[in-house]
Amino acid sequence: MPEQDHLPKPTVWPIGFAIGIAVVLVGLIVNPLWIATIGGGIAIVFGVLWARDATADLRGHAVAVEPERREAAAAPATAGAPAAGERFPRSKFLEFSTLGIGGLIGGVVTVPVAGFALLPPFLGQKHHRADLGPVSDFAEGQWYISTFMIDPAEGEVSRRTAFIRNNGTLTVGGKPQPSFTIISNRCAHLGCPVQANGPTGAILGMKTITEKTSAGEIKLEPVVPAGFGCPCHGGQYDTEGNRTAGPPVRGLDRYAFEIKDGRLILLSTFSVAKVDGTGAQAKIHKYKSVGPGEHVDGWEQILYPLNPPHH
Amino acid sequence: MAITRRPPTKAELRKQQMVAAINFPLDWLEERSGLVGGVKYFLFRKVPADTNWMQTLGSATLTAFIVQAVTGVILAMYYKPTPGDAYSSIQNITDHVTMGWLVRGMHKWGASVFIILMFLHMGRVFLFGAYKYPRELNWIVGVLLLLMGMLEGFTGYLLPWDQTAYWATVVGINLNGTAPFLGPWLAQFLRGGQEIGADTLTRFYSMHMLLIPGAIIGLILLHLYLVIRLGVTSPPWSKEEAGADRPETNGSGQLPQGLTKPVARGAGGSK
Repeated sequence: MPEQDHLPKPTVWPIGFAIGIAVVLVGLIVNPLWIATIGGGIAIVFGVLWARDATADLRGHAVAVEPERREAAAAPATAGAPAAGERFPRSKFLEFSTLGIGGLIGGVVTVPVAGFALLPPFLGQKHHRADLGPVSDFAEGQWYISTFMIDPAEGEVSRRTAFIRNNGTLTVGGKPQPSFTIISNRCAHLGCPVQANGPTGAILGMKTITEKTSAGEIKLEPVVPAGFGCPCHGGQYDTEGNRTAGPPVRGLDRYAFEIKDGRLILLSTFSVAKVDGTGAQAKIHKYKSVGPGEHVDGWEQILYPLNPPHH
Repeated sequence: MAITRRPPTKAELRKQQMVAAINFPLDWLEERSGLVGGVKYFLFRKVPADTNWMQTLGSATLTAFIVQAVTGVILAMYYKPTPGDAYSSIQNITDHVTMGWLVRGMHKWGASVFIILMFLHMGRVFLFGAYKYPRELNWIVGVLLLLMGMLEGFTGYLLPWDQTAYWATVVGINLNGTAPFLGPWLAQFLRGGQEIGADTLTRFYSMHMLLIPGAIIGLILLHLYLVIRLGVTSPPWSKEEAGADRPETNGSGQLPQGLTKPVARGAGGSK
C-alpha cells in the first residue's frame, strides 16, 4: 500500500469544529448557558462529521473484510467441537484455577493496601476546637491578629492565624447573642498566609495579649486593618474578607465559633463566596469548606480561572 | 605461515596462565547464568558510525539519577521526617555529619542537573527525529520518566521543612486543587487530609524515596530495553538508514556473532 494512504483525506469539517470551540470559549465569558451550549453543539456536530470522514477508509475496509472472517470462523465451529469428556480439559481447568486463585490472592492483598493508601485523607477527619480564652480579652470593635493551634497534639505545625473582631451583641428574635467576625488568614487563591494591611501593636500603643489555653499559647495582637493582602501573588481583600483585587476566586474563609463559659471557641472553617454588609449586620454567603482556588458559587464557576471582584 | 613447534617461552606460559586465571571465573559465571554474554550484548552494541556527542545525554541523565539514588539513600540514614525534627536533622546533616554538607549538596544540585539533563536529552531526541517509528513507545516512556522526575522535584522540595519548602508546597498542592473535578480530591490526597501537617511530610517522604524512585527504575529498564532492541538512531545528517537491522540479521550470509565473542565497538554500519 502506498505511504499516502495512511493520511486521511483533507476535509473542511475541522474548520467548523474550530469555530464551535471558539464559540464555546467566547460563550464561557459572555453567556455560559446559551452561547457556550450553542458552540458546544456546533463543535459536536462538526466533530462527528470530521471523525466520520477521517475514519471512512477504515470503516470501508472493515465492511469488505468482515464477511470473509465470518466464513473462516464458521468452518471450525463444527470441526473444533470438543469430543465427549474433553469438554473442559484438565489443562484448561488448571489454567483457569491458577488465574482465579492468583487473582483472588492479588485482590485480597491489594484491596486493603489500596484502601489504606487512598482513604485516610478523606475519612475520619478531625473536627477541631480551639479555645481562644475569655471573651473579655476582645475589646468591642477592635481587630486582633490571633494565633493558636488547631491540634496541639500535632504541635506548632498546626498553628493557624485568624483575624478576629468582636462586633458586640446582636439581638436575634429578642435574644441577645454575641457577634464575632472571625476570618481565616488562608488566602482563597493558593493558600498563602494573608496579612493585615495596617498598623499593629506597638504603633497603636496597645499591648499584645497572650493566654495559655488548650489550644497552646494564644497571641492576640491588636491591629487596625484597611483590608487584608496576600504576599505571594497579590490577592487583596476588604475587612469583611471580600476579594477586591488579584487572583483569588472567592472571599476569605471564616471560622465557625461558639461561646462556652464565657470563652471564645473556634470551630471548623467554612468557605465564603462574598459578604454583604459589615460586622454584626453582615450577610455571609457561606458554603462548606473547600480548598483554596476552588469556586463555591455555582458548578460552572470551575471553568473560570478568574472572577470579577465581588464589589 | 609456518607452525613453530618450539616449546613456549616462560613469558608466553605466564601470559597463558594469566588469561586462563581471568577467564576461569568469567566462564564459570557465563556457563551458569549467561550474564557475561548478556553484559557484552548490552555494552558492545553496534551503533551508527556517525553518532554524536549529543547522544550521550541519555547516559548522562542515567548517571545523574544514579547519583541522586546513592546520595538519597545516605541522606535517608540521617533525615527524620517529622515536623519537629525534619529541619534540625537537615541542619545536623549539613553542619555535623562528616561530609554531610557534600552529600546533601550533591543531592540538592544533582536534582537540578537531573531535570536539566532530562530536558536536554528530550530536546536531542526531538531534533534528531529519534521519536519516530519504531521508537514512539520509547518517547512515551521518556515522557513518563520526565513526569516522575518532576514529581521527585515537587516531593523533595518539602523535605527541608523550612519556610520556602512549606509555603511552596502549600501553593503547589493548592494549584493541584484548582484542576476541574478531580483537583480537590488530588489535593486532599497529597495533603493527607484537610490540613497540611505531619501526615503531609511523611507521605511526601515516602513518595520521594520509595514510590517514585521505584517507578523511575522500572521505567528506565523499559527505556533501555527499547533502546537496545531498536538500536541507536543515526543523526539526521547521516547517510545511513535510521534503525537499520543489525548486520548479522540482514541476510549477508554472516553467522550470528556469538554473544561471548567481543564485538568490535562502534563498527555498526560503517562498511
